[in-house]
Parts: sequence; structure tokens; C-alpha cells
Amino acid sequence: MAETKTAAYICKGCEIGTRLDTAALVKTATKSGKMNLVREHDFLCSADGVAMIQNDIDNEGVTHAALCACSRRAKTEAFNFPTIAMSRGNLREGVIWIRPDTEEARETTQEMAEDYVRMACAEVKAMTVPPGNQKTGSVKTLLVVGGGMSGMTSALEASKAGYKVVLVEKTGALGGWAGKLYRRVPTREPFKAPEDNGVADMVARIEADSNIKVYLNATVAKTDGAPGRFKVEIAVESGNVAQEDIGAIIQATGFSLYDANKLPEFGYGKTPNVVDQAGLEALAKAAAAEGKPICRPSDGQPVKSVVFVQCAGQRDASGTHLQYCSGFCCNTSIKQAMYFKDSNPDIDTAVLFTDLRTPGNGEDFYRAAQNKGVIFSKGVVSQVLPNGNGCTVKFKDLILNEDTQAEVDLVVLATGVVPNSGVNIDAAAAPAAAEAPAEGEAPKEVVASVPVESILNLTYRQGPDMPQFKHGFNDSHFICFPYETRRTGIYAAGPVRRPMDILQAQEDATGAAMKAIQAMENAGLGRAAHPRAGDLSFPTVRLEGCTQCKRCTVECPFGAIDEDEKRFPLFNESRCRRCGTCMGACPVRVISFENYSVNTVGSQIKAVDVPDEFSEKPRILILACENDAYPALDMAGMNRNEYDPFVRVIPVRCLGSVNTIWITDALNGGYDGVMLMGCKHGDEYQCHFVKGSELGRYRLSKVGDTLKGMNLETERVHDVEVAITDIATLPQKINDYAALIKSFPPSPFKGF
Amino acid sequence: MSDLNQEMADRYKNNFLKEIEEQAEMGEWVKMCMQCGLCSGSCPTNFHSGWDHPPQEIFMLIRAGKREEVLNSQGMYMCTSCYNCYVRCPRKVPVTHVMHGIAEYAYRIGRAPKAQPTMHLSKTFWTNATKTGRVNEVQLTQSLYFKEGIGAGIKKAMEMQSEALGLVKAGRLNPMEALGMGHKCKDIKGIHAMLAKAEELEARNKAAKGKE
Amino acid sequence: MARKEYAFYPGCSSQKGASASNYLVSVQSMCKTLDIKMTEIPDWNCCGASVSYAESGELPRIAMNARNFALAETNLPGQEIVATCAACWLGSRESKERLEHNSQLLADTQTALKEAGLQIKAIPEIRHMVEVLIEDLGYDELAKPVKKPLQGMKFAGYVGCQTNRPFGIAGESFENPMYLDKLIETVGGEAVKYDQKVTCCGGALAFSEPEKAQAQIKDIIESAYDNGAEMLVTPCPLCQANTEVYQGQINKKYGTKFNMPVLYYSQLMTLAYGGSSKEAGLNGNVIRASKLEQFAGK
Repeated sequence: MAETKTAAYICKGCEIGTRLDTAALVKTATKSGKMNLVREHDFLCSADGVAMIQNDIDNEGVTHAALCACSRRAKTEAFNFPTIAMSRGNLREGVIWIRPDTEEARETTQEMAEDYVRMACAEVKAMTVPPGNQKTGSVKTLLVVGGGMSGMTSALEASKAGYKVVLVEKTGALGGWAGKLYRRVPTREPFKAPEDNGVADMVARIEADSNIKVYLNATVAKTDGAPGRFKVEIAVESGNVAQEDIGAIIQATGFSLYDANKLPEFGYGKTPNVVDQAGLEALAKAAAAEGKPICRPSDGQPVKSVVFVQCAGQRDASGTHLQYCSGFCCNTSIKQAMYFKDSNPDIDTAVLFTDLRTPGNGEDFYRAAQNKGVIFSKGVVSQVLPNGNGCTVKFKDLILNEDTQAEVDLVVLATGVVPNSGVNIDAAAAPAAAEAPAEGEAPKEVVASVPVESILNLTYRQGPDMPQFKHGFNDSHFICFPYETRRTGIYAAGPVRRPMDILQAQEDATGAAMKAIQAMENAGLGRAAHPRAGDLSFPTVRLEGCTQCKRCTVECPFGAIDEDEKRFPLFNESRCRRCGTCMGACPVRVISFENYSVNTVGSQIKAVDVPDEFSEKPRILILACENDAYPALDMAGMNRNEYDPFVRVIPVRCLGSVNTIWITDALNGGYDGVMLMGCKHGDEYQCHFVKGSELGRYRLSKVGDTLKGMNLETERVHDVEVAITDIATLPQKINDYAALIKSFPPSPFKGF
Repeated sequence: MSDLNQEMADRYKNNFLKEIEEQAEMGEWVKMCMQCGLCSGSCPTNFHSGWDHPPQEIFMLIRAGKREEVLNSQGMYMCTSCYNCYVRCPRKVPVTHVMHGIAEYAYRIGRAPKAQPTMHLSKTFWTNATKTGRVNEVQLTQSLYFKEGIGAGIKKAMEMQSEALGLVKAGRLNPMEALGMGHKCKDIKGIHAMLAKAEELEARNKAAKGKE
Repeated sequence: MARKEYAFYPGCSSQKGASASNYLVSVQSMCKTLDIKMTEIPDWNCCGASVSYAESGELPRIAMNARNFALAETNLPGQEIVATCAACWLGSRESKERLEHNSQLLADTQTALKEAGLQIKAIPEIRHMVEVLIEDLGYDELAKPVKKPLQGMKFAGYVGCQTNRPFGIAGESFENPMYLDKLIETVGGEAVKYDQKVTCCGGALAFSEPEKAQAQIKDIIESAYDNGAEMLVTPCPLCQANTEVYQGQINKKYGTKFNMPVLYYSQLMTLAYGGSSKEAGLNGNVIRASKLEQFAGK
């Protein structure tokens, strides 16, 4: 590449020209910024302005440009110069829109603008153009693990979009849970009667689809590689192993019913006349096959009375059973009650519930069951006792507030679901955490009894399966991006990621198929997937400086970093989401991106002019998450919500990418305070990179010692949780913090 | 216990829900209740003592087959016909009408609680209104006050003396009505024939139900 | 010819010498000013009211109402039926609805009607007087004849139950209907805000369970006083009677000093249209509305 030529452009549009002394800004870019070429323009994002920049690139040899105009989030289509390194100085949303247009504010506003010009110049000089990594794989075949409703839907949808699919099913037949159903909850108007389970039709479509290759009685024995270049070994019944090249993976492994043997108080196992929902489906199927009514398992006599027990072993607050709701089994019980009422209205059919939850159009279905004479009673069952060829159901009637009982032929338990999510890799990594809870803590939930075997058998350093979230469900970004898991190119679909019914699972599976297709396409082009979709940068590590501390391989929220045979970090670019958590974690700062590094931020921090301690002009550094906090600040500007003129904001990819050296450098350089803005973490995390903000905060929690060592107040480093909606409150938080900082003496490090 | 009560109990065996569905006006709605309790919470008389089961519980009792408890209940007679429950029910159950229907059924089979004052008012009102086709307010009031005997009636009438006097003075109570001088329809005969036929048809319709 | 004509169903309580006779007087005065002609349905009968549920049974009750429909249709063809009483309106509308949706019920009703020499062909619309005022005329038309606005007087519009539920006035909410407040404002009065606008007065339970009904009436009157109302205004005869007549008993029982006049909307309108105390039926109020009597005398 040709030699470096730097340029700065100062826009005068959108009142920048009238609010600021742009001639002075030109001087700043030239003298402090040391840019080779500096130009002003009245309207930089106009065709003329863009042509001017393009002309400089083409004919003046400009390789690095600092565009000092509006926020980096604005005018991205106009300012699209992929061949050069580019930074943006935010003079509009970041300066003139958040400052009053008054005479007394003029000086500090101008100083703010000049700092942002210096910062943009410094940043761009530390950047290079990301070339993109063309070595990542280009396989476009989708692997779907699990042949139930979710998996079959993903396979068919991907095929319809023109992609090859490999479908692996552990049992001898496709269909999963739905295949066990005699009928399914209705999916169409008028939602009044159970309908065909739909499995045969889907299986036929899959069998007729030349894009889809099905492995039955097969499991995934090994998954190696990364999106676009997975090597998957499939263990088949014969004991052989089939090899498949795979671009992306959907895990649709569904759920198992909670083991009813754990509910001896409800008589399960003591009498065959107590069944779970799967047991009832089997009875209904058998009865239909023989053309008989549903019969009592104990003596084969037709059932004349049946009770459905809702929430059996689920929504349990005592810590003994599942804490959560299956999301579908109220509708399932309603459907099963109709099996009886539709065949013979004289069968006494009662559903005992505490809250009936009927998502979707289930409310119509519920009404239809009431119309058919199914009795719904608010009650909590305490005990089911075998009684000859029937059962005695003891329950508390919650409306009449009395203990009562019913004698019935058959009892059906709605037992809830346990996800088939594979190995809990976090528990495996930290077995100590699985110990008994300390006194005062909430009792730990009993973890699923399903035999835990790995499903994907990933060769990843962080473990063989996807990380789990609450209750053993696979982690997916439930608030903002429900299909995104913590393994790039691997998507969880259906009830393995949260409780859901068939219709929801099919929608989920369709979405996951689309995301998987995107992941394969991005991998083929060497581009990042969500949320930095299209980013061509990728982390490089200066191995000669690496101390093999493993912080990066442990912390990467996406398991993108393995270790090579010499135990150095081995980056898999197409697994990487470009959050920079590895860069923030690295104690020796050897990890960087072409356009984002310790230096691109560090040089901006150093570029800010720090006035001396007598000026009464403190400097506060704000490191703001680019996903939520920075847009919130931009929107505060759009709303003309003013904030303090002594702050300097630098966007970061994620709080997780913040390296503590930036904070110590800023404090050593005479800044009076550092404010960190990141997303909510924990059980209701909003971090785009799931774990990034949590890891970042953990790291920064250690900064207090550094401050004490420097003899500084610990409040000088302040962490705020910011959501993108905090448009009005964020300026107030900045001002409050600025007031606090002003109450301290000036930093003793100014002028060094 | 009346014969009709026993006959109905036998006819429907243990299926009280079916009995109510077929025999009580609007009884077919009982099964549609979803037990949210909005009716009970909306009832203007629910905070008063002296009544055992609000509508939500009546529905539940019927579904639980508690025939005696329902037929002995005072709950249905607490209805002021304000229709709050009716308009608020998320399931569009006409709760007011169902309460009326169950009360009427209990009365019809001789199971309405003895000396239930609103039951008595209901009967008296209808008798009064259908006697001449129009309500005779004075006679209505008299028969209500004297239901517990002459002594109690005089006492009550004395208590209400100033109110009655106020109405007389305001021209809104005509003492002459006590003597049957009040308003009446011309075609009383036709009305009575019509009502006799209606009662006959209704009895026939109800009797036809519940039999295979 | 009058600008509007209706078949009038006054109901038992509105008859001469009955509990709501002053309602009838004021309605007649109001209709005269508004040029509304109301012809009484010949030989109409009682609607049964909701309280008769226990003795009547469904079919006899419906038959009673059907008889009124047949008489109206035969004698006043093409005219809608207008009721002033909430219970009459509700009983009739409910009967009409059931007859139109239940062919068995209709057939049985016809059989019964035949005994009285009558038959239903089509059931007229059943309207409440208030519907006629605000839907057929509208607030602007109602405001036009106002000669003496009821300036500076504060009224609590008490809508109660059966003019409000289950049918109510189209476009109004069950929880906070506004039409009565708008009528008060149309004639120049001030409608106070209070929280018992649609509370039940106890209805027929005022007779059978007086303690229960009076407790409710107390809440209504108390809230009206607390919010600065001088008088209560209502569209329903039973609401009027219950809230007015029992104030003395409530005072005895609870030690209150209630003495709040309870008016019909039609009385306010008659007065605002320049009518006399007599034309407004003010002499029919047990608790005299002396402020209004003075106003009318001005």
C-alpha cells in the first residue's frame, strides 16, 4: 500500500459553522492533529462534499481521514469510504446540540469541539483498514440437530431458501414430541377442537426434499471448526461415523417431560391409573388404533371419570421441583380433556388448576372446552391415592377454601418440561459452585434428571455444548435478540431455549434458520455476524508478547478462542463477534483489531487538552458502550438535552473491551474522573455481547486499589448502567457526576 | 321437602350442573365461568354480612355438585339487579340473570330459604303487578310490611310513617290505592289468560328436559 | 305535527299519584318545549321489573313485555317505544333481544299472546327518554330553548345502574358515563365530580333488606356532599325514590344530617326552559328543592 497520507475535514453544516469557530478547528487539526491535509466544507455529507473527499482519496492519495461533522452513527451511507481508515469527530450531537447557544458557553463549547477534532485525528492515525479474512470457510450447508417440530421446520425453511441441510435425529423417526401426540392443540380458526398433529405431512415433505439429508438413530459425535468451516462427525446406528462439512448449526433438541417418578405423592408409579401427559397421549393413540374409548390401564375398562392435575412438579416455590411453567401444558390438558368429552360427553372430566395459562388463541380453546362440559376448578392437589381400579384425588378447593376429594378412574399429571440442552459447561468448569447453598440463600433448584450427555460435542476450549442460562435452558439473548446464543453460527431453536408450544417453536425455528443462513454468508465473506454485522476487522495477537495467561480464552463470551498445541491463544475469526472483550482482558495488551485497539482509544485519551489545576476546567473521560450508551447520548443531543462541557466521550465496542490501562493513563494524564457507561448485566442482561458488560465490570471493580495507590478518591471512577432509552436521565447522571468531581480538588496529576 | 325437589334430584342424580343448565334460566352459562372473581368483587352488597356465597362461589359449588349448599344459599337473593357483574364479566357470563335463574329454580322446587325477604318481595311484586296488570304501590308496601304479622307490620309502618306522609304530601303516594282504587289495565282478563298459557308452556318445556 | 313522535311507555311508577308522578309531570313539560309528541301505549302493562324474577319465570315475564310491543305496534304503527323508567326500558329491551334471538321463545310467546287476542309482527325499537334527547335531538338542540341557565348551582349527576347497565347509552362507558353531566351543563349547571356516580342505590332491596340498601345510599349522598354538590340529579325513578326518601332514616341510624334534594334531569330542563315549579313537578319532591323553587319564582 502507498504511504500514509492523513486528512481532516471540518463540516460547517447543521449550524456547526455558526456555533463554532471552524477556522480555529482547521488550525487545531493542522497543528495539534498534524494532519497532512485539512479542509472545511459547508455541507460535508452533500454530494459535493462526498465527492471532495473521494477526489482526495483518488487523486491526493489520502489513506486516513478524520471527518469532523456529526456522530459516527449519522450519515453512514454518505460517508462510506471502505478503502481508507476513517474516524469521526462528533461536533454536532456531541457538542453543539448538548450545549446552550450562549455567550458564556461559547468558550467551553469551542474547547470541547477542538478536543473532539484532536481525538478524531489521533484515532485515525492509530487505525489501519481491515482487510477481512478470506481464509474463513465457505461451506453453506446447515446442520440441524433434532428432528422434532422445531428441527423439521428449520430444515424445511432453510431448504426453501436454497440451502442444503443435514438433519440429525437421535431416534428412529422424525417427529419428536409432536409425533407422540394423538392430536395437537388447534392452530386454525375456530380453535375449538384438537387437530391432526401435522407430523406425517412434514416428514413427507422432508423425505421429498432433495436438499435435506436425514440421519436417523444418529448423534453428533464431534463438532470442530467455526462457522463456514465446521467439520462434524455423525455417529450412526451401525457404529460408523459419517463426516459432514457444515456452515452453521441449529440445535433443536427440545425437551423431556419432568420425571413423574419424582412425584410419588401424586401416585405415579403406584398405580398405572396415574399417567403423565405423554402417557395419556399413548393411551389415546392406542385407543384410537383399536377403535375403542380410552381405557383404564389397570383393568382395560373405559374411563368414566378423569382428573387433570396442572402444575404437577412445576411452578414450585419450595425448591423441590421445577420453578418454571412449561408454557404449553394447560392447553395440552384442555386438548386431552376433549379427547374424552368429544368421544363421550358423559365422561366426568375435570381440570384442577391454580392459574390457567392459555397463550396464543388458547383462550378460545379453553372456552370451547368449557362449552363441551369440561369442568375447570381452582384447586391444589395434595395427594393421589390408588383406590382399587381408580384413584382418590385429595385437593384443596381454592374458591370454596375447603379440603375435598374426588374419586376418579384416571389421573393425568401435567409435569412440565426439562430442556435437552446438553452439558452444563459452567457447572463442569466450576464444580465448587454446585455445592449446597449458604444459609439464607434461596434453595438451589433441583437440576434436570435427564442423563446429561453432550449434544454437540464441540471441540471448543470452553466446553462441548452451548452455555446455559436459567433452569438449564440454552442461553439466548432473550430480551433483544432471541435467536442469538453464545456460540456464533450455532443457534438454539424451540423449547431447548425457553418453554414454548409447537406454534411458537415453529416460528422460532424459522427465525433461527434465517439467522443461520446469515451466519454462513457472513463467514464466507470474512465478516462479523450480529451485532457488528459486516465488520471486517478481527483480533490479532502479538504472540511474542503473550504470557499465556489464558484470560482471553476464558473470558471470550462466544468461545471463539481455543489454544494451539503450544498453548497460545488460537483465534477463530468466524466465531468472533468483535466485541473486544479479549482485548480488554489482556494484561499485556497484545490483542488488537485493525480499527480498534488499546492505541486507538489510548491516543484519543492523550489527545485531549487537559487544562492546568488553576483553570477550574476539569476533564472527565466517558467511555460509552456503542450499542446503548452512545446512541442514548446522541439522542440526548437530538432532544437538545444539555450536559456538562468538561466531559469527553469515547465510544467503546463493549464495556468488556475496556482495558484498565485506559483508566490509569487518563488519571495519570490529569483527568479528574472517568465515567464508564455499559449495559445491564446479570439475570436480565441487555449487553449485546451477553457477558461483555459483566466481565468488564468485574475487571473494573479492581480499579479501586489502583486509585488508592495513586492517593485518589475511589469515586473518581464511576460505573453507570445505561439503556438506550435513558435519553432524558443520562445527561442528568453526567451532570451529577460532574458536580461530584468538581467538589473534589483538581487531580494532582495535571501538568505531568 | 317438596315432591318437585325430590323429583328433580332423582332425575339428575348427581349431576347438579346439568340440572341447573337445563332447569334454571341462563343456567347453561355456569360452565363458562373462569373463576376470576370479578363478579364477587363488583357486587354492591358483597361487603354486608349475612350472605354466604358470592356469585363466583355459587358457580363453583354448582360445578362441584353441591346441590344442598347452593339451594340453601342466601347468595342469589342478595342481587340488587345492578348489572355490575354482568357488564364486567370477562367471559360475558350474564351473572345477574344466572343468579335470578338459580333463585327462581330454587323457589320453583320449593327450596328457597324460608322468610327470605327479597324472595318474598319478588313474589309479592309479581302477584301485585299481574293482578291488575299494573303495580299498586300501596298494596305492595302493605303486603311487605305485614308479612311478619299484623303487629310487626304496624310497627314497621309506624317507623316509616314520616316517609310515607312525605310521599302523600308530595302527591306521590295515593292512600286510596289501599282500597284497590289504583291504576289497572282494562283487559285484565286477557292478561290473565295470557299468563296462564305462558306458565303452562314454561312448565311443559322444563318438564321435557332431563328425560331421555 | 310535532317534530318527533313516539309511543310512550310511562310505567307504573309514573302514573298519577304514584312514586314518580312528578317525573311524568316534568317530562311532559320538557317534551312540550322540545316539540316531542308522546302518545301513551293504550292499556300498557307492567314490565315485571327485574325483581320479579323468582315468581315470574322467563316466559310469563317476556309475555308481559310482548303484550306492550303488540299494543304499540297495533295502535301506534311505526313509532319507537320510549320509556322514562330505567326498569321498564331494561325489561323491554331485554325481552326484545331474547325474542329476536330465540325462535322457540318467540313461538311460545305468540301462543300466549294469542290468549289476549294479540300477536307480534315486528318489535319496535325500545328507547330511553335520555336516548331520545341526546341521540335524536342532541345537546345543541337541547341547549337552544334554555332561557334561564341554572348558573352557579352544583349537581351530582347520579346515573345509577339500570340506565347504565347492561345496555347503557351508546358511546358511554359503564364505569364513568358522562351524558348526565353533559345534560346538567347543557342547562347551565355545574356537574361535580364524585366517585359514586354509578353505585347501586340498593334497588328493590331498599324494601327487603333496608339496612343494606341504606348503607349504599349513605355512601352516595355522603360523596355528593363531600364533593360540593347541592342536589342530586338522576334519570331513574327508583334511584330517585331510594336516595330521597330514606335520608331521614339514614340520619337516624348514622347520625348524619342529610337533606339533599334529588331531582330528575327533566325537572332541571323544564326549569331552565323557563317552566314553573309546578310544571317541573317540584311540589312532588319530598325533600324540597327550595333553591330551585326560588329560582323558578324569579
